Amino acid sequence: MSYIGAFALILALGLSSYSFLAGLVALFGRDPGSMRLGETARRAGIAAFGAVLLAAGVLVTAAFSDDFSIAYIFHHSNRDLPAPYKFAVLWSGQEGSLLFWSLLLGGYGFVLRLRYKTDQRLFAHASVVIAAVQVFFLMLLNFAAHPFAIMEGALPPDGNGLNPLLQYPEMVIHPPMLYLGYIGFTIPFAFALGALIMKYPGDKWIHITRRWTMVTWCFLTIGVFLGAHWAYSVLGWGGYWGWDPVENASLMPWLTGTAFLHSVMMQEKRGMLKVWNMWLIFATFWLSILGTFLTRSGIISSVHAFAQSTIGEWFGWFLIISLAVFTYFFVINRSHLKSEHRLEALVSRESSFLFNNLLLLVACFTILWGTWYPKISELVQGHTITVRAPYYNVVIVPTALLLLLLTAVGPLLAWRKTSIESLKRNFLFPFIGAMAIGIAMVIFGVRPWDDSSYFYATMAAILSALVIFTVISEFVRGGRVIAGKSQMNLLAAMLHLWHRNTRRYGGYVVHFGVALVVIGILGTPFNKEVEKEMGFGDKINIGPYTLVCQSYTQEDTPNYGSEWAIISVFRGGRQITTMYPERRFYKSSGQPQTIPRIYPSVKEDLLLVRDLYLVYEGINETTGRPIIKAHLNPLVPWIWTGLIVMVFGTILALIPNAATVRVSVPVPVREPAHVGAGD
Amino acid sequence: MGAGDSTRFDKLGHRMMCACGCGQILLECNHVGCTYSDKMRNELIAGLDRAESDDLILQGFVQNYGPTVVAAPTSTGFNRVAWIMPFLALGLGIAFVILVVRSWKNKPTPALADGITVSRGSELDDYKRKARQETDQ
Repeated sequence: MSYIGAFALILALGLSSYSFLAGLVALFGRDPGSMRLGETARRAGIAAFGAVLLAAGVLVTAAFSDDFSIAYIFHHSNRDLPAPYKFAVLWSGQEGSLLFWSLLLGGYGFVLRLRYKTDQRLFAHASVVIAAVQVFFLMLLNFAAHPFAIMEGALPPDGNGLNPLLQYPEMVIHPPMLYLGYIGFTIPFAFALGALIMKYPGDKWIHITRRWTMVTWCFLTIGVFLGAHWAYSVLGWGGYWGWDPVENASLMPWLTGTAFLHSVMMQEKRGMLKVWNMWLIFATFWLSILGTFLTRSGIISSVHAFAQSTIGEWFGWFLIISLAVFTYFFVINRSHLKSEHRLEALVSRESSFLFNNLLLLVACFTILWGTWYPKISELVQGHTITVRAPYYNVVIVPTALLLLLLTAVGPLLAWRKTSIESLKRNFLFPFIGAMAIGIAMVIFGVRPWDDSSYFYATMAAILSALVIFTVISEFVRGGRVIAGKSQMNLLAAMLHLWHRNTRRYGGYVVHFGVALVVIGILGTPFNKEVEKEMGFGDKINIGPYTLVCQSYTQEDTPNYGSEWAIISVFRGGRQITTMYPERRFYKSSGQPQTIPRIYPSVKEDLLLVRDLYLVYEGINETTGRPIIKAHLNPLVPWIWTGLIVMVFGTILALIPNAATVRVSVPVPVREPAHVGAGD
Repeated sequence: MGAGDSTRFDKLGHRMMCACGCGQILLECNHVGCTYSDKMRNELIAGLDRAESDDLILQGFVQNYGPTVVAAPTSTGFNRVAWIMPFLALGLGIAFVILVVRSWKNKPTPALADGITVSRGSELDDYKRKARQETDQ
């Protein structure tokens, strides 16, 4: 079986190389022969996807058939591994995850090459760029990290099993989502580079890639948040984000991708920021690859147990070459990227996008700087240092708060120029609402002047409320205008409003989701935790809860053995639930794993929901008594709710607008402006 | 520990890493079978009992476990750069954007061809209204 997979990979490399080289040659010719060559390159790209799909299928089949003659299957699977995790074996190790990257890139390329008639020449350029990236991944797979390497010696009876940390339902969907996001940014990058190479007139490439970018951004968002939720639900330390280099690596392209989603609107509507957008999408693509370089090269240490190998060097060279290629084409072709309009006022939608981009990039730079600083310290001071949450909490939060302020104000600004009077008028209701939230927090005992963390939490609450009230007021105001003209009720009018401009109002819903996420995060300074050895009948008091240990029990499954506690949870003298924090011992790998249990108090606390989070930490060897750690984490469920709202908003933004009514208006004709006049 | 010491224990414990290599903050380390975190927590409690200052306690940990035990760069020597750079980037970025906006604003509008007039007043408002209807922005 491994020979089929290995052959498929070589075939995929051959086809991708042909797609790249033949496509490249065809781009320079205008004769019918070149067109035919280009067509063969396109078809080779499609066939390469088929070959990678075959290789991935072989690896998954090998996992399901327990083919431990393949080293990758031996190291990442075992006979008693449940079926969904056998499927997840595909992306659980280095070689498999690279194959998975290649598969997803092939899939994206497949769809792109099928839709080539939209703009054949631009698509041909993009197809060549994608083929080049695909060649890189397939070279890695064939020469540096082969997923079908054969085990030496006698065939082992069983495999080492999947890393226990990865045996969790979210791990079946988190990596694919993240990879769909990382890889997906190759598509808008390929179009951008193609447009740059061919000096593409106009902004059609932006229109073509708009949905690609939004879908990709949505996948990356889901991937990042699922990673956080997995950390929260599995790692058992009570938090969801540890500012580990691997986490940072996923956040950086997300930030630049978010900046790109905003700044392309400037190019579409005003013909501005063309140079900026080119570099922004390149940076997003580049940072996606840089993340892999960081985790695979071993340059930066991370708690994520990824194997370190020589493929880091491959990624390093790929980063250098891609930067060189992009810079070269930018330098020789930058003249056609002149802005068509100039900025007319500081208080305008355009300037809000500029500041939005600035803040997102500063946040990205800060994370990049913090991630690399241990290495910089080692080079300068001779010793490495640690850069974790206490650092990022200080340096990122001010930028994040400014960004939140802009998220609230930006939608209220008009294109070109906004009068202060209209800003005041539109801002009044959201401002009063937000200030009321701040005052309520102080009345209910939050003292922002006591500690910087409380100050930041209060500011974040006020600004999140500002975003939420702004979004609501925008929907209501627009809905009222339509309702007044059409006799619709307000809800139907708001629905109609969204359908007239899905991108704008879908975007507002995404902003709403972002505000909910921030509300979930701002509860952190108010977290509580208690750790105690608990015998039968022992109690822990935490917040309004009393936890009573009822019993301990054990269970044995083919994959793992487990110990768990049975804890009754009381609130106000009434039992509200029973929780079962667990500790597992995986048989094939011999590794232990804690499985926390989480109770969100939706019924009791409604909007001020908090998580009761219990961890069975193990048994005190001295006393022989089990140790239970309880966390009380306010507002955390809002983070996951916010994600759902963000995804919903993205889907709303992806739906095409209702048919627009075009009205012809005579416009005075200006003499064409001099080149660069509007730059 | 008193209430004040308990707060300090919590704050200092969140400014240090567990030295076992699990990569977690000291008070968040739930590494099964960790041989360091309990010992380090006891050392922290002992430092608080001796009424040592925060800096002295942190210095003691750095001497025992190396500079990587502190979860953030110190604000001394070269490490100041780590703290300054993000704020410098923010400040320079804001200054840059303001300069760009001002330079765009101050650029002269291209001259109009002969015979073409720019709409003003109610005529301009009328165009704006129609444009808004078209673009819905």
